[in-house]
Amino acid sequence: MKHMTRKATRHVNQNEGLIFEKSSAGKAAWKLPPLDVPEVDSAKLLGRSERKDLGHMPEVSEIEIIRHFTRLSTWNYAIDLGMYPLGSCTMKYNPRVNEFVARIEGLANAHPYQPEKVSQGALRILKTLSECLIEITGMDAITLQPAAGAHGEMTGLLMVRAYHQSQGNARKKILIPDSAHGTNPATAAMVNYAVENLKSDSNGMVDIAALEAQMNEDVAALMLTNPNTLGVFEQQIHKIADILHAKGGLLYMDGANMNALVGKARPGDFGVDVMHLNLHKTFSTPHGGGGPGSGPVAIKKKLEPFLPTPVLVTKSDGTLGFEYQRPQSVGRVRAFYGNFGMFVRALAYIQANGPDGLRQTTEDAVLNANYIRKGLEGIYDLPYSTPTMHEVVFSDKLQAKKGARTMDIAKRLIDYGFHPYTTAFPLIVPGALMIEPTESESKEEMDLFIEAMKSIAEEVEEDPQTVLDAPHSTRVSRLDETAAARKPVLRWKP
Amino acid sequence: MAYPTDRKYTKEHEWIQASGTTAIVGITDYAQQSLGDIVFVELPKVGVELAAGKTFGTVESVKAVSDLYAPASGTVTEVNGDLATSPEKVNQDAHGSWMLKLTLKNAGELDGLLSAADYEKFVAEEAGH
Repeated sequence: MKHMTRKATRHVNQNEGLIFEKSSAGKAAWKLPPLDVPEVDSAKLLGRSERKDLGHMPEVSEIEIIRHFTRLSTWNYAIDLGMYPLGSCTMKYNPRVNEFVARIEGLANAHPYQPEKVSQGALRILKTLSECLIEITGMDAITLQPAAGAHGEMTGLLMVRAYHQSQGNARKKILIPDSAHGTNPATAAMVNYAVENLKSDSNGMVDIAALEAQMNEDVAALMLTNPNTLGVFEQQIHKIADILHAKGGLLYMDGANMNALVGKARPGDFGVDVMHLNLHKTFSTPHGGGGPGSGPVAIKKKLEPFLPTPVLVTKSDGTLGFEYQRPQSVGRVRAFYGNFGMFVRALAYIQANGPDGLRQTTEDAVLNANYIRKGLEGIYDLPYSTPTMHEVVFSDKLQAKKGARTMDIAKRLIDYGFHPYTTAFPLIVPGALMIEPTESESKEEMDLFIEAMKSIAEEVEEDPQTVLDAPHSTRVSRLDETAAARKPVLRWKP
Repeated sequence: MAYPTDRKYTKEHEWIQASGTTAIVGITDYAQQSLGDIVFVELPKVGVELAAGKTFGTVESVKAVSDLYAPASGTVTEVNGDLATSPEKVNQDAHGSWMLKLTLKNAGELDGLLSAADYEKFVAEEAGH
């Protein structure tokens, strides 16, 4: 551990079994008051559906529950502990002002079944957030319903299909670049389109000649991430949009990397017809651990008739409400109107920053990624030298000569007190290390990260076994991910 | 790695070994190595028609899910059922673990594929990227 940096230190945490193993019969963490209403015969009410016992439910006391989950929580790594450089995930800080606003009583206790006339404040939040997101993206309309990014993709492609159907032909396939997120082809398949792969050129961008050759009247849309997963801005984006539009196709933008564009460039201005946003990435709502996420879909005017129901509208008397009668709609995609708590947080973030603050956020995110690129260039191989936006992708080519691959380096990074970067993605870079610091990180934290990465590169040269066997400082050593995938154990058994 | 010369290769890293109008198909050692530990192989059913260059299945590793592309057109006559329960066989012996047997539509299609030497050169360039 001679290269250990200042960030990681010894940390005592307690061993903890499964909650099922702590169970002993008759213990409970609750006590009900005496029954003061007539007892109901549940067997009579439920017939054969009545359960006589609850199976193997753990029986523990209140303090045992509290200690169990508190102990588990000390095993976590979180953005509140340090840098979380997972590329393409935009693991930025979740500002406390978001949480403060989300806990305001009228918002925290609002119920979706309240009549519209007493929900005007909540509806005003949806309306204001919609307007902000439309302005940021340069699109014409939006639905906030989808519960996360991939759900947004699906909603977007359902609208693409409905649009083409209304033109008389749903078309057959979706073009997807080889640098795309894995969810893109999965979404296309879910919506019953064939997927056709589009190769990248030597700069890591869409190959325009290949696109021209593959584009025809069978193509419903191109799904493009911009900046793409290499952190590279598609400089020919206008040309790409023109090629699609000339043959009646639509341009779908995966907004996963919007953190590089907010306040600087608007997808609506560079030819995008439909796109999703990830509020849990770009707009600082909680990410991971179930979020929950939120994946609004913004569209151009021509797709408006196909928006999921209900659609938020301003009524003739000036009040806000939901419109359900939309004959061309793709239908409802989510209960109620999506994850409302996330809308409150995202709007708090947007309004706390304001236009100039959001622009600054984008600039800082790009600056930080470039700071890391400069700090590690030469030590790690940089497969594409095209300018870096919000994330930088290295490869393990230099370290692989000593047998250390991206996964080994990532595991060793844990010993230095950091969450690993994204490994082995994007697929067009063999042995990728994908690093996205976001604007949240200070120069000091990034210097620690760079120092850690440099130290690991030295270890690979001098003592590769230390890296290959990492992590060493964690509760459990390296897990057998292959066995977990080939022979998964999915439930506890007594 | 020496690639067997008794078969042809694609730039998508499949191999095909023909004998008359029948052929067996698998993925190359380079492919299994870049994928890492393979945990699942998804193959088409017997009787399915494959078109050259189109996907016919997927290989899932701990890193990623990758498409399989048909090296030639033809009809599937047999699927290697072993791989459903023991996908690690592809890691252990990629060139000995066939995935499909085909009746070729046009054996001449194989002339357009890479020889072992050409494939080796192609892989060296790709790995050197």
